[in-house]
Parts: sequence; structure tokens; C-alpha cells
Amino acid sequence: MSSAVLVAVAQIAVLVAVLAAVHAPLGAYMARVYSSPKHLRAERLWYRVVRVDPDAEQRWTTYLMSLLGFALVSVLFLYGMLRLQDHLPWSLGFTGFDPAGAWNTAVSFTTNTNWQWYSGEAAAGHLVQMAGLAVQNFVSASVGMAVAIALVRGFARSGTDARIGNFWSDLTRGVTRILLPLSLVAAILLMVGGVIQNLDPHTAITTVEGATQQSLGGPVASQEAIKELGTNGGGFFNANSGHPLENPTPFTNLVEIFLILLIPFTLPRTFGILVGDKRQGWAILGVMAGLFAASLALTTWAEMAGPGAAPQAAGAAMEGKETRFGPAGSALFAVATTATSTGAVNASHDSLTAPGGGLVLFNMLLGEIAPGGVGAGLYGMLVLAVVAVFIAGLMVGRTPEYLGKKIGRPEMTLVALYVLTVPALVLVGTAIAVVVEPGLVGIQEAGPHGLSEVLYAYASAANNNGSAFGGLTSGTPFYEVTQGIAMLAGRFVPIALVLALAGRLASQTAVPATSGTLPTHRPLFAGLLATVAIIVVGLTFIPVLSLGPVVESLS
Amino acid sequence: MTIDTRSIPDVPTQEPVPDDARRTAKRQAPRALTWTQLRSAFPGALRKLDPRVLYTSPVMFVVEVGALVTTVLAIVEPGVFAWWIAVWLWATVLFATLAESVAESRGKAQASTLRATQKQTTARKVDAPQDTLTSGTRLDLLPTVEVPSSTLQVGDVVVVAAGETVPGDGDVIEGVASIDESAITGESAPVIRESGGDRSAVTGGTVVLSDQVVVRITAPAGATFVDRMIALVEGSERQKTPNEIALNILLTSLTIVFLLAVATLQPFAVYSGSRQSLLVLVALLVCLIPTTIGALLSAIGIAGMDRLVQRNVLAMSGRAVEAAGDVDVLLLDKTGTITYGNRRATQVLPVSRVTPQELAIAARFASLADETPEGRSIVELVDEKYGVGEELPLDAELVPFTAQTRMSGVDLPGTRVELVETVEPDEAGISTSSTSDGRSTGVVRIRKGAGSAIQRWVHSTGAQISDKELKDLEKHVDAVSKAGGTPLVVAEQVGEAPARVLGVVRLKDVVKEGMRERFDELRAMGIRSVMVTGDNAVTARAIAAEAGVDDVLAEATPEDKLALIKREQEGGKLVAMAGDGTNDAPALAQSDVGVAMNTGTSAAKEAGNMVDLDSDPTKLIEIVEIGKQLLITRGALTTFSVANDVAKYFAILPAMFMTVFPQLEVLNIMRLASPGSAILSAVIFNALIILALIPLSLRGVKYRPASASSLLTRNLLVYGLGGLVAPFIGIKLIDLVVSLIPGL
Repeated sequence: MSSAVLVAVAQIAVLVAVLAAVHAPLGAYMARVYSSPKHLRAERLWYRVVRVDPDAEQRWTTYLMSLLGFALVSVLFLYGMLRLQDHLPWSLGFTGFDPAGAWNTAVSFTTNTNWQWYSGEAAAGHLVQMAGLAVQNFVSASVGMAVAIALVRGFARSGTDARIGNFWSDLTRGVTRILLPLSLVAAILLMVGGVIQNLDPHTAITTVEGATQQSLGGPVASQEAIKELGTNGGGFFNANSGHPLENPTPFTNLVEIFLILLIPFTLPRTFGILVGDKRQGWAILGVMAGLFAASLALTTWAEMAGPGAAPQAAGAAMEGKETRFGPAGSALFAVATTATSTGAVNASHDSLTAPGGGLVLFNMLLGEIAPGGVGAGLYGMLVLAVVAVFIAGLMVGRTPEYLGKKIGRPEMTLVALYVLTVPALVLVGTAIAVVVEPGLVGIQEAGPHGLSEVLYAYASAANNNGSAFGGLTSGTPFYEVTQGIAMLAGRFVPIALVLALAGRLASQTAVPATSGTLPTHRPLFAGLLATVAIIVVGLTFIPVLSLGPVVESLS
Repeated sequence: MTIDTRSIPDVPTQEPVPDDARRTAKRQAPRALTWTQLRSAFPGALRKLDPRVLYTSPVMFVVEVGALVTTVLAIVEPGVFAWWIAVWLWATVLFATLAESVAESRGKAQASTLRATQKQTTARKVDAPQDTLTSGTRLDLLPTVEVPSSTLQVGDVVVVAAGETVPGDGDVIEGVASIDESAITGESAPVIRESGGDRSAVTGGTVVLSDQVVVRITAPAGATFVDRMIALVEGSERQKTPNEIALNILLTSLTIVFLLAVATLQPFAVYSGSRQSLLVLVALLVCLIPTTIGALLSAIGIAGMDRLVQRNVLAMSGRAVEAAGDVDVLLLDKTGTITYGNRRATQVLPVSRVTPQELAIAARFASLADETPEGRSIVELVDEKYGVGEELPLDAELVPFTAQTRMSGVDLPGTRVELVETVEPDEAGISTSSTSDGRSTGVVRIRKGAGSAIQRWVHSTGAQISDKELKDLEKHVDAVSKAGGTPLVVAEQVGEAPARVLGVVRLKDVVKEGMRERFDELRAMGIRSVMVTGDNAVTARAIAAEAGVDDVLAEATPEDKLALIKREQEGGKLVAMAGDGTNDAPALAQSDVGVAMNTGTSAAKEAGNMVDLDSDPTKLIEIVEIGKQLLITRGALTTFSVANDVAKYFAILPAMFMTVFPQLEVLNIMRLASPGSAILSAVIFNALIILALIPLSLRGVKYRPASASSLLTRNLLVYGLGGLVAPFIGIKLIDLVVSLIPGL
């Protein structure tokens, strides 16, 4: 057992070391990407094609309208593509999606959720995978980063009449200068590790024993790279990162985890640089890393110690896990994917131990902030920082201010609505599903575990995670439609609120800091922020958690 | 040479300063909450239960709806548990309205004394068209008509004589009188009000004690200063302040979150096979929503205003009190605020060949008839250091200060022989002889004033000031200026001989005791202090260094002051200042916290957003502290309220679901007796904690000037950690009692 612990610790140590090494240069690079006045030639060409002025500073309303327009076009385009798949080339003979299924998938990929009710290898052809889903993997991730950068600009700018940058420029640069180059390197790395990359169709072959077997093909490595890097999570195959062609070895497993965590853990650095105080970035990174480390430690312990009779007999909780990754590799992946809104899985989360399952569920309920999805994690954490500043600011006897911006009535209204949105979607969605017949039929296990399954599904959808607990039959119109609503509202309502907040902040004049100002870069504030995150979430979800994972864990 | 006249104010300024005795803040000890207070506040508390009033506090409105629902449930399905819950939910709402009512009752007492001053009086109105009435035309001789004070219009002119009550707010446009303002300020010593200048404002309801003034009314009846005061202290015009609204939004969103959590709990409970009664769900909801802060929020705001009133400061809006907590820059006038109002003579500095005694005696003679504080201080200094000298001869001729000569003095007839004999040799051993011997006749003229004026006078007598004397004089003047003092040059002329300069008397600004400590405190709070003075830069810096202020604005005009405020505000800073004159009005209006002195003009009082009845500019510092304390109290109780929820979950959740999931018993870490007693104990704790915290919300949490970090650490420990732990103990104790209730 001790060698397993050694492996667990070693892979975490390697991960931390590599992340620490690239975090500073990449953070600085991203800060330059979003503040440089220069355009690449390819970008200029693209701006001309879509007829936008990339240098026009937009007010938050224009920024939001551009973003929503882009999202609408994306959803419609993807919906059409999925519906008409059988008429398109390279469909590998698959039929078009049904309306509810196409709606669900179109929303799912546009919102960076990548919830999949279908099996990739049994429903999606290569064209849909590459031109539909993979494109959204890039742009939906870039949209998240753009919103985060817009909010950071709101803090960094002073008295600008609510101008927070240009959506088209932010969107494009995120793809061309950050996601594409990184994906290229990552795809090569994954191919070296054994992930397939070809355009072969899936073919049935007859084995020497006479049985029929599917030989699968496809551009997997390229899609796998952006799937992790953009915290998307939609697998080429149904088994996702548990599939040997997506994630063949412990090495590729670690590479994928690294890719998942890379941008979310780097953005605080970019934030620190853009607001002109790297210490602020350190504080945010510290909170993210602290919450992540706590969750990882507990989950790893739960999966390796494996409470329960069967796991004890097997030496660890091995049900639903790939032996090549082991409990530690699965726990690390599970925490990384749920803490970042990625949703890729290399093990069945339904089969995690009761506390382990509860923890990955809690990671999502936390609002995907530690470190969260690309962009979404940073803006979620900054919004919570505003809440923490509001309470703590009062306690030092000043009207609360964060990074020199006063948190008054308008700011607090936006933040309060933001904090309300996702819990409301999760709670109401779950509550409906466990009382109406179409919801109940999808539940596999009765009792607390069934509740966990449904709660997980809505937590995953509303937080744009996309991972599935398993056990829940979600490919029904009821789940497809309600999950689609949860994904859509869980993505764009918070984005609208964040952009409005960015606009408010950008038009404020910054207040200089004095010794009477609450310092927001110290461990004290970081600890407070983490506590606020846990308590706000905890108090909201404790009742339902106590009937699901808590009861399960105590059994 | 010429002495730089800029460095020597020509005349020691004589700013009107309120008597030191008046500036002792009448600070009342925080009154403890008494039963009488609670009893008298009770009817008001009941009235506030009206949902039409209560809905402005969403948290308490939800509790009231919950109380109503549980009452109905208790009537439909009577039971011990149901009634207990219903009663305690009503108690929760009542404690909240009681807190607000108690906070208001303090202001009401003050308002009723103020109302007494508003009795209808008869005004002697000058019977002439308003535009013909300008000051300086002996308005008091014009015919008057008697009208009721309530009919006075803005612009009317009234005559008020000794023994009469001032019929309305206005400015004195003619005359000077002593006025008893005790009805408003609580200060029994009369004050002087005179036309022109910065002490012309009179307030309706005050009484003229001597002389007679002509007053132009500046506020219509019903909108006077006293009317506004009454409205303010009663809280009838109270509007929610920006920060209060922002906090209310946070509390409302928390309430909605918990409403969702509890509302969706029923489906989950049904799914889990343990449907919950509405009664229990309501109880859970009330325990979870932030009732503690929701109940006390408005009481905290009212009490904050009340604390200002207790210090004799009237804030025109709650917004100003909040802004006070945020102030970054404090502008303080030097004179009267940082230094005592008057300069004092502290040293005599003779030029060469003149003894200190000689200079001292000359200066003393020149000052004997001078009634200014500076003049008196010269006499005191000489009497103390050089022995009491003789009185002025009866035929001495006083030369008063005029703007043309810019000096004052005395002409002494006869000889000064006896004087010389009383003088002893100085330390240097040089005895005074040549100057006084043999001059038994001729008028002795002594003059004191600013260097340039005296030099001009000396030259005009035909005298040549020797290089040596000039160097000495220059040296002394510079030394005194650099040290923050004012050099007063003394010269004398005997008979018709050329006059000669004797030396310099050092007049020094005396910094009040304890100022350095106050400024250190301000610095710790992150507030920069700026001293504003008409003095030259050298003098100003010297005093600033002595007092410990961070910055100075020297040779300041009202425009400079305004410009400074605007400059600071452009950088995002909040500026506070105190002022009294009409000149100060623009700056007062521009500053974020402008405290007008009650002695000041109506214009100043209109422009500021606070009025200090004691007219004590140093009170700015206390106002800032009260503002901070107000915000801290809100933050502390919010933290406490939210932290409380953790323990309540531990009490209620196991109680709700233990029957279907027995394993939840391990969460019952308080070992509460039964599900019923656990839920009831949480509800009772939730109600009682409001009652227990009323005194704190009225008093405000303890505030010590310190950096933000140390304040946060301390308050998080006390109210965060305390809020986490306290309910575990409280609920357990209540459960011990509650479990004894039969039939629960």
C-alpha cells in the first residue's frame, strides 16, 4: 500500500512542480495577449471576414450583446449540424440527432459544459466532432477567458464610462494566441503518449476467435488536447478519458490533468499583472490552491483508504476505476475535472466512495471557482471576493472596496444575483426531477444515492461542468430539456451579471489605498475568502447534501 | 535691507475663538438598556409589526409571514410544539421592532425638549418693503408691527431686544447682542452675535440677554434649524443610507437562498420518504435567514446618529455619517483647532546693546492697554520673568492699531528714571545706563508691530538702523519665524531723538495638548491630516512638525482650500473639513463631510452636512470614529448572524431526518433531548440573541483606532469565531430547559 501512496504523492509533486514552473511565464504572456494593441495577420483577415472593428472599445452592454449574438449563432449552427448530420459528409453513416438531443448537445458545447447524453463513437461522425464540437471547444473556452479579462479590466480601469474592451478581439486572441498554440503542443505530447490521431472510420473487424470487434478511429489527440485545455470535457468516445484511445497511460493521464489545470491556475497571475499588483493574484491563487488541495487530499484519502466492506477486501475502492490509473490517479483526475468545470472523467464517479462522490459533487457546488473553468473560475472567484470584501470591509470601518473600487448598492445587487443564480438552478432542477415521474424513471438507485445522482446531474449542468455521475439515464427528453435550460442559464446569466459588474467597476474612479483600507493580498483575507466560499455554498446545500452523500457516507 | 514682509504677518490675527470652556464635549456615558426604556418603547414596537411598515426589512418580513403561517397551523392543528414555535416566532419579530423602537426613543426625548423652544412668539417686524432694508441705516429706528412668529417669511426683518426670544432663524444685520443658546446647544454660557462677519447667525427659539439686534429671517417657519433637528433626532425623516441598502441586498439574497434551500428541501424529504411538516420547515427557514442582523440593522443606524447627537453633532443625513467612516483626508484649521486660538509671548530677543529688561519693559508698556490676548500675554510674560512693573501713567497716550500704520503703542510723558533704577544688570553684566540717564524730559514713544511697519516708522524719525542692529533684528525675526512663531518688533523714540529698534518679542502658537497623539491615531486609521493656515509656509511647517500633522496648506485662501479638496477628490479620496465662515461655505459644500460650527454663518450651516453645536473643530476626529464604529457594528453582526447558522443546522437537520436516517444521530453533537426540543431551542436561541444584542447595537462595537488588518483580525475572532461557537452553547442550555416542557 505504501508504494501506492508514494505514487500518489509523486504524481501530485510532479504536477505541482510543472504548474509552478509554467505559471509565471504563461500568466505574463496571457496578460500581454489581452493588452497588446497589435493584431496578427490572420486575425486581421478574420476581422475583415466577420466585419468587426477589433479596436473599438465596447461598453459592457455592447460587449454582452456581441457575446450573446455569438453564442446564439453558435447554438443554431451546431444544432443545425447535429440535426442534419446524415446529409453531411464524413458522418460515418450516423443519423441526425433528434430535436431534444440536438438542443441539449448544442447548448452543452456552446456553454463550455460538454454534457454528453450520447456516445461519441455511436452517434457523432468526424465532421461533427471536428467542425462542430471541437470548434466550440475552442471558442466557448475563449469566451470564458474573455469575460474574465473584461472583469479584470473593470477593476484595473478607472472612470472609463463602462468600456471594458472588445469582445471580438478578446475572443479571437484567446483562440489564436493561447488555445491553438498550446493545443498543438499538447496534441503532439498526447500522440507521443499513444493517443490516436487519424481520420479512419470506425470499422468492424473479426478477431481470430471469430468475434466481431469495433476498431475505432478519428482525430482524437487534437480534440483531447483542447478538451482538457479549454476545460470542456466532451469526450471523443463515451468512456471519455477512461478510454484507452483517449487516455492510454498514466503518463497521458498526468498530461491531461496538467492541461486541465494549466489555464485556470495561471489566470490569477494574469489578473495580478493586469491590475498592477501581483500580490492580488497570489491571494486569489492561494485561495484556489488551498481549496483544491483540501478537496484533493480528502478525495484521495477516501478512494485509497476505501471505507466499506468491498473496497477493504480489494485494498482500495477499485469499482469503476481503470487499473492503469489506480485509485490515486483516478482521484486526482476526478478532483481536477470537477474543480475546473471540465467534466472529462477517467473513472465512473458513480462508483467513487460515498465521501469521494460527495467531495467531487461539492467541488461543483462550490461554483467552479477552485480553480474553476477557463475564465469562469477566475470571475466566479472574483465575485466571491467582492462578497468577502463587503463583509470584511465593514468590519474595518469603511465602506467596502476591492482593488480601489467601492462596493455599493449596484455592485452588491449584481453580485447577489450572481451568487443566487446557480444554486437556484441546481436546487430547483433537482427538486423537480425527484418528484415528477419523467425525472424519477431516470434514477437508477433508490434512496440517498439516487438523490446524489440527480443532484450531481444538475450541479454539473448549471455549473457548466459536464461530467456525469453515471447511473442516471439522462438521454430522455425531460433531462435533455431541463439540463439544457440549466446549462444555458447557468452560463449566460452569470456572464451577463459579471459584464454588468465589469462595466460598473470600469466607470468608477479608483480609490487609493491607505492603511485604513482592508488589505486583500494577505493570508487573512485569503482565508476569509475561502471561508466565505465554503460557508455560502455549505449553508445553501447542506440540507440536500445531508440527505444524499452525507447519509451515504455515514451508512 | 528689507525684511520680507511675507514672513511676518503684519498683525497678529485675532480670530474669534469660542471660549475654551465651551469646547468641552458634553459626552454622555452610554446609557444602559433599562426596563423603563423597554416598557416605553413597547407600544411603538407593536405598531411596527404592521406588515406595511415591516416589508422594508425583507428578513423580518419573512419572519412575520412565518409567524403568521405557524399561528394558523397551530390553530388548525393545536399542539404544544406548534404553539411554542408560533409564540417564539412572534417574539423574534417583536424583538426586532423593539430594538428599532428603543433606538428611536432616545431621539424622541431630545426632540421633546427641542419642541419646547418652538413656542409661538410675537415678532417685532420692521414695517417696510424688504428691499429698502439694508444694514447700516439704523433699521432699529424704523416703525415695527407685532406679528406671530409663525407668519414670518424669508427676507423679513425683525428687531429683537434684551429679554425677547429670537422669532426665527436668521442673520444679524445690525447690532450686537449676547444670546442664550442653551435651548439648542445645552451650553449655559451666553454667546455674542453681531452683524457682519462670521458670527452673525441666530437661531429661532434662542433668547437675547442684552442689547438689541436686527435680524433678517433666512428660513421660513416650519423649516427652521430646530425643525430640522427635531426631524433628525426623531428619525422621522430617516432614509436608508447607501451602505445600509447594499447590506440589505446581501441579506435579502441570503434570505432568498435559504428560502430556496428550505422550499426545495420538501421534495428531497418526500423523495427520501420523510415528508416534513410546514411548521418545521418554517422554523428551519427562520433560523437560517440572517435574522440577527436583519432585526438590528435599522437600530444600528439610528443609534449611530444618536451617538453623534449625544456629542452635540447634528448630521443632516445618515449618508454623511457613513462617509465619515471613509474619510481619507482631514482638513483642520490651525487656529483654534490645532493650536489655541491665541498666540502667546514666550521670549524677548533684544538687539545688540539693548538689554532684555529694557526690551521687556518697553514691550510691557506698549501692551498694557492692549486688550488682545497677545497683548495680555506680553504683560504676563514680563511680569512673570522680570518682576511686576508699574501701571501706565494716567496721562499716557494710547496709540491704537490702524490699518495705515499697522502698529500700536503708547506715548509716555515725563521720565523713566525710576524705572531704570529697578533694573538690574543682565547676565552679560552690562548695566543699563546710557539710555535712560539724563532724559528726564521728553515724550517716550513706544511702538510694536510687524517688522516692516516698525522699520518704516523708525526711518521716518530720521534714524539710521546700524548694520549690526539690522543683522540682529534679521536674525531674531528669522529664528522666530522658522520656529513657527510670529516676531513682534518693538521700537522706541525718546523725545525728538531718532527712534531705535529694541528687539523682538516672540509670539508663539501653542499647540494643544494631545494633538500629536490624535494625529498618530488618525494615521493608524489611514487618514491624512492637513493643517490649513493663513501663515507663511515656514511658520506653518514648523507648527505642523510640532503638532505632528502630515501636511500643511500655508497662506491659504478659501479658494486654495476648495482647490485642495477638489484635487484630493479627483484622486478618489474623501475629504472632511470643519468651517464656520461664509468664506468656508463652498469648501464645506464640496467636502464629503463638512462640519459647520454652530457659531458660524447660516451659509456655512447650509453648506455643511453636519453642524457641531459645540463649535469644536477637533470633533471631526470623533465623527470619523463614530462613522467607522457604525460600519463595524453592521459588519460584525452580519458575520455573527451568518456564523450562527452552522450550529443551527447541527441542531435542526438531525432532528428532521433522524427517523428515516438514524445514522444522522452522529450530527446531533449537542446531544439535544428530542427532535421537538432541538428545533424549538434553535428558534428560541434565534429570538433571544436579538434581545441580547440590542445593547450592543445601540452602543456600537468597541472601536480602537488601529490598522485595517488588526481590526479585521480582532473582529473576525470575536464575531466570526464567537458566532460559530456561541449558538452551540446557547442552544444546548436552552434545550436543557425546553426539554422539561411537558407534551413537547
